[in-house]
Amino acid sequence: MIADWPVGLTLIVGGLLAAAVRGRLRDVISLATPLLTLAQLALLDHGDFARVDALGRTLVLMHVDRLSVLFGIVFAIAALLNAIYALHVHDGVQRAATPIYAGSAIGAVFAGDLLTLFAFWELTAVASVLLVWASRSERSFRAGMRYLAIQLVSGLLLLAGALAHEAGTGSLAFGYIGLAAPGGALMLAAFGIKASFPLLHNWLQDAYPEATDAGTVALSAFTTKLGIYALARAYPGTELLIWIGATMTAFPIFYAVIENDLRRVLAYSMTNQLGFMVTGVGLGSELALNGAVAHAFADILFKSLLFMSMGAVLLRAGTVKGSELGGLYKSMPWTTGFCIVGAASISAFPLFSGFVTKSMIMAAAAGGGHWAVWLVLLFASAGVFHHAGIKIPYFAFFAHDSGIRCREAPLNMLIAMGCTAALCIGIGSFPGLLYALLPHPVDYVPYTSAHVLSQLQLLVFSALAFSVLMRTGIYPPELRSTNLDSDWLYRRLLPMLLRGVGSVYAMARAALERALGSALRRLDSLAVRHHHADGILARTWTTGGMVLMVAIFLAAYLVLYYA
Amino acid sequence: MAPTEKKRWLDRSENVTRLYRGLWLIGLLLFAADAVIHRHEDFSWAEWFGFYALYGFVACVALVLAAKELLRRLVMRPEDYYDR
Repeated sequence: MIADWPVGLTLIVGGLLAAAVRGRLRDVISLATPLLTLAQLALLDHGDFARVDALGRTLVLMHVDRLSVLFGIVFAIAALLNAIYALHVHDGVQRAATPIYAGSAIGAVFAGDLLTLFAFWELTAVASVLLVWASRSERSFRAGMRYLAIQLVSGLLLLAGALAHEAGTGSLAFGYIGLAAPGGALMLAAFGIKASFPLLHNWLQDAYPEATDAGTVALSAFTTKLGIYALARAYPGTELLIWIGATMTAFPIFYAVIENDLRRVLAYSMTNQLGFMVTGVGLGSELALNGAVAHAFADILFKSLLFMSMGAVLLRAGTVKGSELGGLYKSMPWTTGFCIVGAASISAFPLFSGFVTKSMIMAAAAGGGHWAVWLVLLFASAGVFHHAGIKIPYFAFFAHDSGIRCREAPLNMLIAMGCTAALCIGIGSFPGLLYALLPHPVDYVPYTSAHVLSQLQLLVFSALAFSVLMRTGIYPPELRSTNLDSDWLYRRLLPMLLRGVGSVYAMARAALERALGSALRRLDSLAVRHHHADGILARTWTTGGMVLMVAIFLAAYLVLYYA
Repeated sequence: MAPTEKKRWLDRSENVTRLYRGLWLIGLLLFAADAVIHRHEDFSWAEWFGFYALYGFVACVALVLAAKELLRRLVMRPEDYYDR
C-alpha cells in the first residue's frame, strides 16, 4: 500500500544518496526525489498508516488528512525549487543536507503521534544547521551553534510536553492538544520557538543570514512553517495566540527598516508574516484557519523567491548589504524582475499570492470584532510593503548606482526563480486552485471591487510615504551596523552575568583560602609547639603522674555517675 | 559607472521625478475612487472617506520615524559589536 511508505523518507534517502554520488547522477537524484514525493502525495488516501511498534507503543508514521497533505505538497514543491536553485552548488554537504532537511520536515508533518513528531523535529534541526555551517566561517559556525542549541531546546520541550501529556491523558496522538491539557504549555513553547514567537524569535534573524546563498532559501521554507503547522493542528482557537501573532506582525518591521543586511531584513519580515499565520490559528474560525494555512503555503513560495533573489545577488555581487549595493538592475535584470514579483506577492498586491491568502486572516479578525488586532494587522500590512516590498528591491537593484557590474544569476537559479514567480502569480490570479486544497470549505471571495480598491489605496499611499521620505532625505540611510535584539540577552547579558558570578565565586574562594590558610598555619604552629621535642605533649611523663591522672578521671566518673 | 556605458532611462533625475509625480497621480485617483465605489466594512469607521490611504501613509511615516529616531538610537552598535 502506497501510504505505508512514510512520504518524507523518499527525500531523506535521496539526500543520503546525494552524499555518496557526484555530477549528473546527483542532479538527477535531487530533482527526481521531490517529484516522486509529489506523486505519492497526489495518490494518498486519508487515514492512519505505517504503524510501527517501538518503545512499547504503536507509532503512526503516516497521519493523512487535508492539513498534512497541504503542508506535504508545499514542502515538496519547496524541495523541488531548492533542488533546481542549488544545482550549481558543488558542496556535497549542502546537496545532501537540503533534501534530508526537507524530508524530515515532511516526516514531521505526517507524524500521527508526538514521539514520531519529536524524532523528525530533531532531525530537521540537525540537518538544517549544516546549511548554516556550510558558509564555513567562524561567524557562521558560532551562529550555527547558537541556532542548534535553541532548536534542540525546542525539541526537549516537545519531548517533555509529550511525556507529560501521555502521563496525564494516556494518549500520544498528535491532534488537538490545547493550552489546558497536561504538557500543553510545554509543547506550545516548543512550537513557539520554531514559529519565532516574540523573544523566542531571534535565532531566525541570527542564523539565517549566515547560511549560504542556497542554504538560506531552504531554511526559510521549512522550520518556521513546521511550527505553524504544529500550532494549527494542536492549538487552533487558543486566544493567547491572537495577541502573540499580532505582536509578531508589528515589532519586527521596525527592525527591518534599520537593518542593513538585506537577508536579515527578510528574516525580520519572516517573523512578521508568521505573525499573520499565528493570529489566524489563534482566531480559530474556519475562515481564519484556512487563511493561516493558505498564507503559510503562499509565504513559503514568495519568501523563497525573495531569498533566492538575494542569494543570487550574494553569489554575483559578493554582498547583500544595502549600504554597498544599488543599481544592480543593469547587471541582473531577470533577478530584479523576479525579486519584484516576490515583493509584490508579500505585499499582497492584487493578482499576487499574498492578496488572496493574508486577506482571509484580516477578514476573520474583522468578522470576529477584533478591531485592535485588525488595526495592528493593517499597520503591519503597510509596513511589510514598506520594508520587504520596497526596501529590498530598491536598495539592491535601484537606489544610487554602487558601480558593481556583475553577471546575471546562473541559469538554474533563474529557472528556479521563474517557476517560483509563476506559482506566486498563479495563486494570486487563480486562488481557486489553492482554496480547493484548504482544510475547510471556502466561501471567501478575494476579488471584490472594495477589497481591490482598499488594498491598492493602502499600498500606493505606503509607497508615496516612502518616496516622500526618500526625496526629503528623512529616510534613514543604510548604515553598516549591528542592531541589538533579544539575542543580546544570551550573547552579552548572560555571559556578563556568568562572568560576574564567576568573579564573585573567585573572590569568595580566594577569601576562603586565605582564612583557611591562616587557620591551618595557626594549627600547624600549635601542633609544633605542643609536639616538638620539648613540647608539653611530647615529654616523658612519670608513672606517678599517670596514676594521678587516672585517679582524677575515675573520681570524675564516680561523681558524674551519682550526680 | 564605466564612462563608456550608455545612460539608462532611470539614470536621468527628471525621469525619476516623472515617476514620482505619476505615483502621486495614481494615488490621488485611488483616493478619489472612494467617492465612486462604496466599500462595505465590518467596522463603520473603516468606511470613512480615504481611510486606507491615510492609514497607509501615516503608518509608514510613523514606522520610519520611530525606527530612525527611537529604535536606532537604542539598539544600533558598530558592525563588529559581537566580534570584539
